[in-house]
Amino acid sequence: MITIATARRILAQLRNDPRTIALMVLVPSLIMILLYYVIDNEPVFAQWAPALLSIFPFLVMFLVTSIATLRERTSGTLERLMASPLRQLDLLLGYGLAFGAAAVLQVALALTVSLTWLGLDLRGELWALVLVALLNSLLGTALGLFCSAFARSEFQAVQFMPLVMIPQLLLGGIIVPRDQMATVLEWISNVLPMSYALEAMKLAVISGDLGSDFWRDIAVVAGSVVLALVLGAATLKRRTP
Amino acid sequence: MMSSAEPAIAVTGLRVVRGAREVLHGLSFEVPKGQITGLLGPSGCGKTTLIRSIVGVQVVAGGEVTVLGRPAGSAELRRLIGYSTQNPAIYRDLSVMENLRYFAAVLGAPKTDPARVLEEVGLEGHANQLGGTLSGGQLSRASLAVSLLGAPQLLVLDEPTVGLDPVLRKELWELFQGLADRGVTILVSSHVMDEAARCQRLIMLREGDILADDSPEGLRARTDTADLEQAFLRLIEERQPA
Repeated sequence: MITIATARRILAQLRNDPRTIALMVLVPSLIMILLYYVIDNEPVFAQWAPALLSIFPFLVMFLVTSIATLRERTSGTLERLMASPLRQLDLLLGYGLAFGAAAVLQVALALTVSLTWLGLDLRGELWALVLVALLNSLLGTALGLFCSAFARSEFQAVQFMPLVMIPQLLLGGIIVPRDQMATVLEWISNVLPMSYALEAMKLAVISGDLGSDFWRDIAVVAGSVVLALVLGAATLKRRTP
Repeated sequence: MMSSAEPAIAVTGLRVVRGAREVLHGLSFEVPKGQITGLLGPSGCGKTTLIRSIVGVQVVAGGEVTVLGRPAGSAELRRLIGYSTQNPAIYRDLSVMENLRYFAAVLGAPKTDPARVLEEVGLEGHANQLGGTLSGGQLSRASLAVSLLGAPQLLVLDEPTVGLDPVLRKELWELFQGLADRGVTILVSSHVMDEAARCQRLIMLREGDILADDSPEGLRARTDTADLEQAFLRLIEERQPA
Protein backbone atom coordinates (compact mmCIF):
# COMPACT_ATOMS: atom_id res chain seq x y z
CA MET A 1 0.00 0.00 0.00
CA ILE A 2 2.71 2.47 1.03
CA THR A 3 4.72 1.34 -2.03
CA ILE A 4 1.85 2.25 -4.34
CA ALA A 5 1.25 5.56 -2.58
CA THR A 6 4.96 6.34 -2.97
CA ALA A 7 4.95 5.48 -6.68
CA ARG A 8 1.88 7.68 -7.17
CA ARG A 9 3.53 10.51 -5.28
CA ILE A 10 6.65 10.30 -7.49
CA LEU A 11 4.51 10.25 -10.65
CA ALA A 12 2.62 13.31 -9.34
CA GLN A 13 5.97 15.07 -8.87
CA LEU A 14 6.83 14.24 -12.49
CA ARG A 15 3.41 15.40 -13.68
CA ASN A 16 3.97 18.76 -12.02
CA ASP A 17 7.17 19.11 -14.04
CA PRO A 18 6.17 18.85 -17.73
CA ARG A 19 9.58 19.93 -18.99
CA THR A 20 11.28 16.98 -17.33
CA ILE A 21 8.69 14.61 -18.82
CA ALA A 22 9.25 16.12 -22.27
CA LEU A 23 13.03 15.74 -21.95
CA MET A 24 12.75 12.19 -20.64
CA VAL A 25 10.38 11.00 -23.34
CA LEU A 26 11.63 12.92 -26.37
CA VAL A 27 15.42 13.00 -26.02
CA PRO A 28 16.07 9.28 -26.73
CA SER A 29 13.94 9.43 -29.89
CA LEU A 30 15.69 12.59 -31.06
CA ILE A 31 19.10 11.00 -30.56
CA MET A 32 17.99 7.90 -32.48
CA ILE A 33 16.94 10.14 -35.38
CA LEU A 34 20.21 12.07 -35.20
CA LEU A 35 22.22 8.85 -35.19
CA TYR A 36 20.27 7.58 -38.18
CA TYR A 37 21.15 10.62 -40.29
CA VAL A 38 24.75 10.78 -39.03
CA ILE A 39 25.41 7.16 -40.01
CA ASP A 40 23.28 7.40 -43.15
CA ASN A 41 23.60 3.67 -43.74
CA GLU A 42 20.76 1.39 -42.64
CA PRO A 43 22.72 -1.81 -41.94
CA VAL A 44 25.28 0.09 -39.83
CA PHE A 45 22.50 1.95 -38.02
CA ALA A 46 20.91 -1.42 -37.26
CA GLN A 47 24.17 -2.42 -35.53
CA TRP A 48 24.13 0.65 -33.28
CA ALA A 49 20.43 0.93 -32.55
CA PRO A 50 20.27 -1.85 -29.92
CA ALA A 51 23.10 -0.28 -27.95
CA LEU A 52 21.32 3.06 -27.83
CA LEU A 53 18.04 1.41 -26.90
CA SER A 54 19.85 -0.22 -23.95
CA ILE A 55 21.77 2.83 -22.86
CA PHE A 56 18.98 5.38 -22.77
CA PRO A 57 16.62 3.87 -20.24
CA PHE A 58 19.61 3.15 -18.01
CA LEU A 59 21.20 6.56 -18.35
CA VAL A 60 18.07 8.65 -17.88
CA MET A 61 16.76 6.63 -14.96
CA PHE A 62 20.16 6.67 -13.27
CA LEU A 63 20.32 10.44 -13.46
CA VAL A 64 16.73 11.13 -12.50
CA THR A 65 16.76 8.72 -9.56
CA SER A 66 20.07 9.82 -8.13
CA ILE A 67 19.01 13.48 -8.18
CA ALA A 68 15.51 12.73 -6.87
CA THR A 69 16.73 10.66 -3.92
CA LEU A 70 19.47 13.14 -3.16
CA ARG A 71 16.77 15.79 -2.93
CA GLU A 72 14.86 13.58 -0.50
CA ARG A 73 17.98 13.35 1.62
CA THR A 74 18.80 17.07 1.60
CA SER A 75 15.24 18.46 1.88
CA GLY A 76 14.45 16.51 5.05
CA THR A 77 11.62 14.51 3.48
CA LEU A 78 13.73 11.35 3.80
CA GLU A 79 14.21 12.00 7.52
CA ARG A 80 10.46 12.48 7.85
CA LEU A 81 9.86 9.19 6.02
CA MET A 82 12.48 7.36 8.10
CA ALA A 83 10.59 8.49 11.23
CA SER A 84 7.35 7.13 9.71
CA PRO A 85 6.08 3.57 9.25
CA LEU A 86 7.43 3.49 5.66
CA ARG A 87 9.92 0.68 5.06
CA GLN A 88 13.07 1.24 3.01
CA LEU A 89 11.84 -1.17 0.37
CA ASP A 90 8.57 0.81 0.01
CA LEU A 91 10.60 3.80 -1.07
CA LEU A 92 12.90 1.87 -3.41
CA LEU A 93 10.10 -0.05 -5.08
CA GLY A 94 8.05 3.14 -5.28
CA TYR A 95 10.85 4.76 -7.27
CA GLY A 96 11.31 1.62 -9.34
CA LEU A 97 7.61 1.45 -10.23
CA ALA A 98 7.23 5.16 -11.01
CA PHE A 99 10.37 5.52 -13.08
CA GLY A 100 9.79 2.10 -14.64
CA ALA A 101 6.47 3.44 -15.93
CA ALA A 102 8.25 6.53 -17.26
CA ALA A 103 10.82 4.26 -18.93
CA VAL A 104 8.09 2.27 -20.69
CA LEU A 105 6.83 5.50 -22.22
CA GLN A 106 10.33 6.52 -23.22
CA VAL A 107 11.22 3.20 -24.83
CA ALA A 108 7.82 2.93 -26.51
CA LEU A 109 8.33 6.21 -28.34
CA ALA A 110 11.98 5.53 -29.26
CA LEU A 111 10.98 2.11 -30.56
CA THR A 112 8.03 3.38 -32.56
CA VAL A 113 10.20 5.99 -34.21
CA SER A 114 12.98 3.46 -34.89
CA LEU A 115 10.73 0.74 -36.29
CA THR A 116 8.66 3.02 -38.53
CA TRP A 117 10.41 6.20 -39.62
CA LEU A 118 13.98 4.91 -39.26
CA GLY A 119 13.15 1.51 -40.79
CA LEU A 120 14.91 -0.52 -38.11
CA ASP A 121 14.44 -4.20 -38.90
CA LEU A 122 13.48 -6.09 -35.76
CA ARG A 123 14.40 -9.77 -36.22
CA GLY A 124 13.63 -10.80 -32.69
CA GLU A 125 10.50 -10.49 -30.62
CA LEU A 126 9.18 -7.11 -29.54
CA TRP A 127 8.47 -8.28 -25.98
CA ALA A 128 12.09 -9.40 -25.57
CA LEU A 129 13.31 -5.94 -26.50
CA VAL A 130 10.86 -4.24 -24.15
CA LEU A 131 11.85 -6.63 -21.36
CA VAL A 132 15.53 -5.76 -21.74
CA ALA A 133 14.80 -2.03 -21.90
CA LEU A 134 12.66 -2.24 -18.77
CA LEU A 135 15.30 -4.17 -16.86
CA ASN A 136 17.87 -1.58 -17.91
CA SER A 137 15.71 1.23 -16.59
CA LEU A 138 15.27 -0.62 -13.30
CA LEU A 139 19.01 -1.18 -13.13
CA GLY A 140 19.55 2.55 -13.67
CA THR A 141 17.02 3.34 -10.95
CA ALA A 142 18.58 0.92 -8.48
CA LEU A 143 22.16 2.07 -9.13
CA GLY A 144 21.09 5.71 -9.05
CA LEU A 145 19.58 5.16 -5.61
CA PHE A 146 22.72 3.45 -4.42
CA CYS A 147 25.10 6.10 -5.79
CA SER A 148 23.07 9.00 -4.41
CA ALA A 149 24.06 7.81 -0.93
CA PHE A 150 27.65 8.81 -1.71
CA ALA A 151 26.88 12.27 -3.03
CA ARG A 152 26.48 15.27 -0.73
CA SER A 153 25.24 17.65 -3.43
CA GLU A 154 23.57 17.57 -6.80
CA PHE A 155 26.89 18.58 -8.38
CA GLN A 156 28.48 15.44 -7.02
CA ALA A 157 25.51 13.28 -7.96
CA VAL A 158 25.78 14.30 -11.61
CA GLN A 159 29.49 13.43 -11.62
CA PHE A 160 28.62 9.84 -10.73
CA MET A 161 26.93 9.49 -14.10
CA PRO A 162 30.11 9.41 -16.25
CA LEU A 163 31.84 7.37 -13.55
CA VAL A 164 29.23 4.64 -13.64
CA MET A 165 28.30 4.95 -17.29
CA ILE A 166 31.42 5.44 -19.41
CA PRO A 167 33.50 2.48 -18.16
CA GLN A 168 30.48 0.22 -18.66
CA LEU A 169 30.09 1.47 -22.23
CA LEU A 170 33.79 1.21 -23.08
CA LEU A 171 33.99 -2.28 -21.64
CA GLY A 172 30.53 -3.35 -22.78
CA GLY A 173 31.56 -4.57 -26.20
CA ILE A 174 30.11 -1.80 -28.33
CA ILE A 175 33.39 -0.26 -29.43
CA VAL A 176 35.68 -3.27 -29.17
CA PRO A 177 34.21 -6.80 -28.95
CA ARG A 178 34.65 -8.06 -25.42
CA ASP A 179 36.71 -11.15 -26.40
CA GLN A 180 39.26 -8.94 -28.12
CA MET A 181 40.05 -6.90 -24.99
CA ALA A 182 43.07 -7.40 -22.73
CA THR A 183 42.35 -10.25 -20.34
CA VAL A 184 42.09 -8.05 -17.27
CA LEU A 185 39.67 -5.72 -19.04
CA GLU A 186 37.62 -8.69 -20.17
CA TRP A 187 37.38 -9.86 -16.56
CA ILE A 188 36.17 -6.44 -15.51
CA SER A 189 33.76 -6.46 -18.41
CA ASN A 190 32.44 -9.81 -17.20
CA VAL A 191 31.30 -8.37 -13.88
CA LEU A 192 29.66 -5.23 -15.26
CA PRO A 193 25.91 -5.62 -15.70
CA MET A 194 25.82 -3.37 -18.77
CA SER A 195 27.85 -5.93 -20.75
CA TYR A 196 25.00 -8.39 -20.36
CA ALA A 197 22.31 -5.81 -20.98
CA LEU A 198 23.96 -4.79 -24.25
CA GLU A 199 24.37 -8.38 -25.37
CA ALA A 200 20.78 -9.22 -24.51
CA MET A 201 19.57 -6.23 -26.50
CA LYS A 202 21.70 -7.26 -29.48
CA LEU A 203 20.31 -10.78 -29.33
CA ALA A 204 16.76 -9.47 -29.09
CA VAL A 205 17.02 -6.97 -31.94
CA ILE A 206 19.57 -8.32 -34.41
CA SER A 207 19.71 -12.09 -34.30
CA GLY A 208 16.35 -12.83 -32.74
CA ASP A 209 18.08 -15.73 -31.02
CA LEU A 210 16.30 -15.98 -27.68
CA GLY A 211 18.15 -19.07 -26.53
CA SER A 212 20.04 -19.82 -23.35
CA ASP A 213 22.50 -16.91 -23.87
CA PHE A 214 19.63 -14.44 -23.92
CA TRP A 215 18.09 -15.83 -20.75
CA ARG A 216 21.45 -15.96 -18.99
CA ASP A 217 21.91 -12.26 -19.80
CA ILE A 218 18.42 -11.47 -18.53
CA ALA A 219 19.11 -13.37 -15.32
CA VAL A 220 22.38 -11.50 -14.76
CA VAL A 221 20.77 -8.08 -15.32
CA ALA A 222 17.78 -8.97 -13.12
CA GLY A 223 20.16 -10.26 -10.43
CA SER A 224 22.10 -6.99 -10.62
CA VAL A 225 18.87 -5.03 -10.16
CA VAL A 226 18.06 -6.99 -7.02
CA LEU A 227 21.61 -6.62 -5.71
CA ALA A 228 21.61 -2.86 -6.36
CA LEU A 229 18.21 -2.52 -4.65
CA VAL A 230 19.48 -4.39 -1.59
CA LEU A 231 22.59 -2.20 -1.51
CA GLY A 232 20.39 0.88 -1.98
CA ALA A 233 18.14 -0.19 0.91
CA ALA A 234 21.24 -0.61 3.08
CA THR A 235 22.16 3.05 2.47
CA LEU A 236 18.77 4.23 3.78
CA LYS A 237 19.38 4.31 7.50
CA ARG A 238 16.68 5.22 10.00
CA ARG A 239 19.31 6.67 12.30
CA THR A 240 21.93 9.02 10.89
CA PRO A 241 24.88 10.74 12.60
CA MET B 1 -6.85 15.22 30.71
CA MET B 2 -4.50 15.33 33.66
CA SER B 3 -0.88 14.40 33.21
CA SER B 4 -0.41 10.85 34.40
CA ALA B 5 2.44 9.51 36.47
CA GLU B 6 4.40 7.92 33.65
CA PRO B 7 6.31 10.56 31.68
CA ALA B 8 5.87 10.87 27.91
CA ILE B 9 9.63 11.08 27.44
CA ALA B 10 12.31 9.88 29.82
CA VAL B 11 15.95 10.60 28.98
CA THR B 12 18.85 9.34 31.10
CA GLY B 13 22.51 10.01 30.45
CA LEU B 14 22.03 10.80 26.76
CA ARG B 15 25.32 11.37 24.99
CA VAL B 16 25.58 12.20 21.28
CA VAL B 17 28.81 12.58 19.35
CA ARG B 18 28.80 14.19 15.93
CA GLY B 19 32.07 14.01 14.06
CA ALA B 20 34.83 14.54 16.64
CA ARG B 21 32.65 16.67 18.91
CA GLU B 22 30.40 15.58 21.75
CA VAL B 23 27.18 17.56 21.20
CA LEU B 24 25.12 16.32 24.17
CA HIS B 25 26.99 15.55 27.39
CA GLY B 26 24.88 13.04 29.29
CA LEU B 27 21.45 14.69 29.51
CA SER B 28 18.78 13.43 31.89
CA PHE B 29 15.24 14.78 32.12
CA GLU B 30 11.59 13.84 31.84
CA VAL B 31 8.77 15.34 29.81
CA PRO B 32 5.33 14.99 31.44
CA LYS B 33 2.31 13.87 29.44
CA GLY B 34 -0.39 16.23 28.19
CA GLN B 35 1.66 19.42 28.53
CA ILE B 36 3.62 21.78 26.35
CA THR B 37 7.30 21.52 27.14
CA GLY B 38 9.56 24.13 25.64
CA LEU B 39 13.11 23.31 24.64
CA LEU B 40 14.98 26.59 24.69
CA GLY B 41 18.47 27.64 23.96
CA PRO B 42 20.63 29.48 21.48
CA SER B 43 21.24 28.21 17.96
CA GLY B 44 23.79 25.39 18.00
CA CYS B 45 23.18 24.33 21.62
CA GLY B 46 22.02 20.83 20.66
CA LYS B 47 18.24 21.30 20.48
CA THR B 48 17.86 19.65 17.08
CA THR B 49 20.19 16.78 18.02
CA LEU B 50 18.18 16.15 21.19
CA ILE B 51 14.92 16.23 19.21
CA ARG B 52 16.32 13.81 16.63
CA SER B 53 17.36 11.45 19.44
CA ILE B 54 13.83 11.48 20.85
CA VAL B 55 12.30 10.83 17.42
CA GLY B 56 14.78 8.00 16.94
CA VAL B 57 16.62 9.20 13.83
CA GLN B 58 19.86 10.18 15.58
CA VAL B 59 22.78 7.84 16.18
CA VAL B 60 23.43 8.11 19.92
CA ALA B 61 26.69 7.32 21.72
CA GLY B 62 25.19 6.44 25.10
CA GLY B 63 22.29 6.74 27.49
CA GLU B 64 18.64 5.80 27.26
CA VAL B 65 15.69 7.53 25.65
CA THR B 66 12.22 6.13 26.43
CA VAL B 67 9.25 7.55 24.57
CA LEU B 68 5.66 6.64 25.54
CA GLY B 69 7.04 3.66 27.43
CA ARG B 70 9.12 2.25 24.56
CA PRO B 71 12.75 2.73 23.52
CA ALA B 72 13.07 5.70 21.11
CA GLY B 73 13.04 4.58 17.49
CA SER B 74 10.77 1.56 18.09
CA ALA B 75 8.61 0.65 15.12
CA GLU B 76 5.36 1.09 17.12
CA LEU B 77 6.32 4.67 17.91
CA ARG B 78 6.41 5.71 14.27
CA ARG B 79 2.62 6.14 14.15
CA LEU B 80 2.40 7.80 17.57
CA ILE B 81 4.87 10.66 17.09
CA GLY B 82 4.25 13.68 14.88
CA TYR B 83 7.59 15.16 13.90
CA SER B 84 8.28 18.46 12.23
CA THR B 85 11.87 19.20 11.28
CA GLN B 86 13.45 22.62 11.45
CA ASN B 87 13.75 22.91 7.67
CA PRO B 88 10.27 22.38 6.25
CA ALA B 89 10.27 18.76 5.04
CA ILE B 90 7.82 19.19 2.18
CA TYR B 91 8.07 18.15 -1.46
CA ARG B 92 8.53 21.45 -3.28
CA ASP B 93 7.26 19.97 -6.56
CA LEU B 94 3.96 18.77 -5.08
CA SER B 95 1.00 20.88 -4.03
CA VAL B 96 0.27 21.23 -0.32
CA MET B 97 -2.69 18.86 -0.69
CA GLU B 98 -0.64 16.29 -2.63
CA ASN B 99 1.98 16.39 0.13
CA LEU B 100 -0.63 15.87 2.83
CA ARG B 101 -2.36 13.04 0.94
CA TYR B 102 0.93 11.21 0.49
CA PHE B 103 2.04 11.46 4.11
CA ALA B 104 -1.49 10.55 5.25
CA ALA B 105 -1.25 7.38 3.15
CA VAL B 106 2.17 6.55 4.62
CA LEU B 107 0.81 6.97 8.16
CA GLY B 108 -2.45 5.16 7.40
CA ALA B 109 -4.34 8.28 8.55
CA PRO B 110 -8.05 8.75 7.67
CA LYS B 111 -8.85 10.26 4.26
CA THR B 112 -10.39 13.30 5.94
CA ASP B 113 -7.16 14.15 7.76
CA PRO B 114 -5.50 16.30 5.06
CA ALA B 115 -8.45 18.73 4.99
CA ARG B 116 -8.55 18.85 8.80
CA VAL B 117 -4.86 19.65 9.33
CA LEU B 118 -4.91 22.16 6.46
CA GLU B 119 -7.55 24.09 8.35
CA GLU B 120 -5.73 23.75 11.67
CA VAL B 121 -2.65 25.51 10.29
CA GLY B 122 -4.73 28.01 8.31
CA LEU B 123 -3.57 27.02 4.82
CA GLU B 124 -7.00 26.25 3.29
CA GLY B 125 -6.46 28.89 0.61
CA HIS B 126 -3.20 27.30 -0.52
CA ALA B 127 -4.23 23.65 -0.89
CA ASN B 128 -3.39 23.48 -4.58
CA GLN B 129 -0.29 25.63 -4.51
CA LEU B 130 3.07 23.95 -5.17
CA GLY B 131 5.36 23.71 -2.15
CA GLY B 132 8.08 25.58 -4.02
CA THR B 133 5.88 28.65 -4.49
CA LEU B 134 4.94 29.03 -0.80
CA SER B 135 6.51 31.68 1.41
CA GLY B 136 8.82 30.61 4.24
CA GLY B 137 6.11 30.88 6.86
CA GLN B 138 3.58 29.01 4.71
CA LEU B 139 6.13 26.26 4.10
CA SER B 140 6.78 25.73 7.78
CA ARG B 141 3.03 25.64 8.42
CA ALA B 142 2.61 23.04 5.66
CA SER B 143 5.37 21.00 7.28
CA LEU B 144 3.67 21.39 10.66
CA ALA B 145 0.39 20.22 9.08
CA VAL B 146 2.08 16.96 8.04
CA SER B 147 3.12 16.28 11.63
CA LEU B 148 -0.51 16.72 12.78
CA LEU B 149 -1.73 13.91 10.49
CA GLY B 150 -3.03 10.73 12.08
CA ALA B 151 -3.68 12.06 15.62
CA PRO B 152 -0.22 11.58 17.17
CA GLN B 153 0.08 11.22 20.97
CA LEU B 154 3.36 13.11 20.98
CA LEU B 155 4.20 16.11 18.83
CA VAL B 156 7.87 16.97 18.45
CA LEU B 157 8.26 20.32 16.76
CA ASP B 158 11.62 21.84 15.92
CA GLU B 159 11.26 25.63 15.70
CA PRO B 160 7.74 25.57 14.20
CA THR B 161 7.07 29.30 14.45
CA VAL B 162 10.18 30.72 12.73
CA GLY B 163 9.32 33.43 10.23
CA LEU B 164 5.66 33.75 11.21
CA ASP B 165 3.91 37.01 11.94
CA PRO B 166 2.69 37.57 15.53
CA VAL B 167 -0.95 36.84 14.67
CA LEU B 168 -0.12 33.46 13.14
CA ARG B 169 2.24 32.66 15.98
CA LYS B 170 -0.52 33.32 18.48
CA GLU B 171 -2.92 31.12 16.51
CA LEU B 172 -0.44 28.26 16.36
CA TRP B 173 0.23 28.44 20.11
CA GLU B 174 -3.53 28.31 20.66
CA LEU B 175 -3.61 25.23 18.47
CA PHE B 176 -0.80 23.63 20.51
CA GLN B 177 -2.58 24.47 23.77
CA GLY B 178 -5.81 22.98 22.40
CA LEU B 179 -3.99 19.76 21.51
CA ALA B 180 -2.35 19.63 24.93
CA ASP B 181 -5.77 20.10 26.56
CA ARG B 182 -6.90 16.99 24.67
CA GLY B 183 -4.00 15.05 26.17
CA VAL B 184 -1.38 15.37 23.43
CA THR B 185 2.16 15.84 24.72
CA ILE B 186 4.03 18.59 22.90
CA LEU B 187 7.76 19.18 22.87
CA VAL B 188 8.57 22.36 21.01
CA SER B 189 11.95 23.95 20.49
CA SER B 190 12.50 27.64 20.09
CA HIS B 191 15.25 30.18 20.40
CA VAL B 192 12.72 32.96 20.99
CA MET B 193 12.36 33.51 24.72
CA ASP B 194 9.00 35.28 24.55
CA GLU B 195 7.43 32.02 23.39
CA ALA B 196 8.66 30.28 26.50
CA ALA B 197 5.97 31.86 28.66
CA ARG B 198 3.36 29.84 26.74
CA CYS B 199 4.87 26.52 27.84
CA GLN B 200 3.97 24.72 31.04
CA ARG B 201 7.53 23.57 31.45
CA LEU B 202 10.87 24.74 30.15
CA ILE B 203 14.09 22.94 29.49
CA MET B 204 16.94 25.35 28.87
CA LEU B 205 19.86 23.98 26.95
CA ARG B 206 23.28 25.51 26.51
CA GLU B 207 26.31 23.91 24.85
CA GLY B 208 24.91 20.42 25.25
CA ASP B 209 24.04 20.68 28.94
CA ILE B 210 20.77 21.36 30.71
CA LEU B 211 20.86 24.79 32.31
CA ALA B 212 17.40 24.63 33.84
CA ASP B 213 14.35 22.37 33.90
CA ASP B 214 11.43 24.13 35.56
CA SER B 215 8.11 25.89 35.00
CA PRO B 216 8.27 29.51 33.69
CA GLU B 217 7.05 30.81 37.07
CA GLY B 218 9.57 28.67 38.93
CA LEU B 219 12.38 29.97 36.74
CA ARG B 220 11.43 33.60 37.25
CA ALA B 221 11.14 33.09 40.98
CA ARG B 222 14.44 31.22 41.24
CA THR B 223 16.40 33.79 39.30
CA ASP B 224 14.44 36.72 40.71
CA THR B 225 13.84 38.19 37.23
CA ALA B 226 10.75 39.47 35.44
CA ASP B 227 11.33 38.01 32.00
CA LEU B 228 12.80 34.74 30.80
CA GLU B 229 15.53 36.31 28.70
CA GLN B 230 16.93 37.77 31.91
CA ALA B 231 16.44 34.46 33.69
CA PHE B 232 18.48 32.71 31.02
CA LEU B 233 21.34 35.21 31.40
CA ARG B 234 21.22 34.94 35.18
CA LEU B 235 21.48 31.16 34.98
CA ILE B 236 24.53 31.42 32.74
CA GLU B 237 26.18 33.85 35.15
CA GLU B 238 25.52 31.47 38.04
CA ARG B 239 27.25 28.70 36.16
CA GLN B 240 30.42 30.74 35.51
CA PRO B 241 33.16 29.84 37.97
CA ALA B 242 33.66 32.75 40.30
